[in-house]
Amino acid sequence: MSIAGMVLASAGLFFMLVTAIGIIRLPDFFTRVHAVSKTETLGISLVLLGLALHEGATLVSLKLGLAVGFVFLANPVAAHLLTRSALKTGLTPWTRGRAATLTEGQKGGQP
Amino acid sequence: MNDVFVAMASVILGVSTIDLVRLALGRSLYDRLLAAGVVGTNTIVLLAVIGFIFERPSLFVDLALTYALLNFIGTVAVAKYLEREAEEGTRG
Repeated sequence: MSIAGMVLASAGLFFMLVTAIGIIRLPDFFTRVHAVSKTETLGISLVLLGLALHEGATLVSLKLGLAVGFVFLANPVAAHLLTRSALKTGLTPWTRGRAATLTEGQKGGQP
Repeated sequence: MNDVFVAMASVILGVSTIDLVRLALGRSLYDRLLAAGVVGTNTIVLLAVIGFIFERPSLFVDLALTYALLNFIGTVAVAKYLEREAEEGTRG
């Protein structure tokens, strides 16, 4: 694997790890969406672009580029739809004052 | 050469396992949906990497593209369904 492809893929894997940390550590759904919609899109695009660089100019790298384009469009749209649906259902965003009750409720699972 | 891709696949699997923790803990239905979506999105990359491990990327890249489409449609369908459910609930 070429150096450039390695660097791109490693950066992408790093961003995927950041997404996982964000989805575990952030306090509520809306902040987690914020982590997912941006970092996950960037991470996936970088890994796929690294693989395309490794492959060279073939049909496979064209399809990988198509996948990058699709993820770039679809991932934020899906996150936006989920967030709008959550707001309409009545999920209230986290505020600093409610931090204590949130960590308290975290042990009990689903409210 | 192949070891690099195996290492990448292992990292992706480990990251997806961390996301599965949020899927299990939940707290709200939307958190679970979001975590499931993230695992699905990781699977796109995993499929592409598996293609390079088995040295048949032309086959597995098609699978990855199809999986990306299905994953997106699944998330949109569930989000739309829940939204409509909520609207009908408030209307009575």
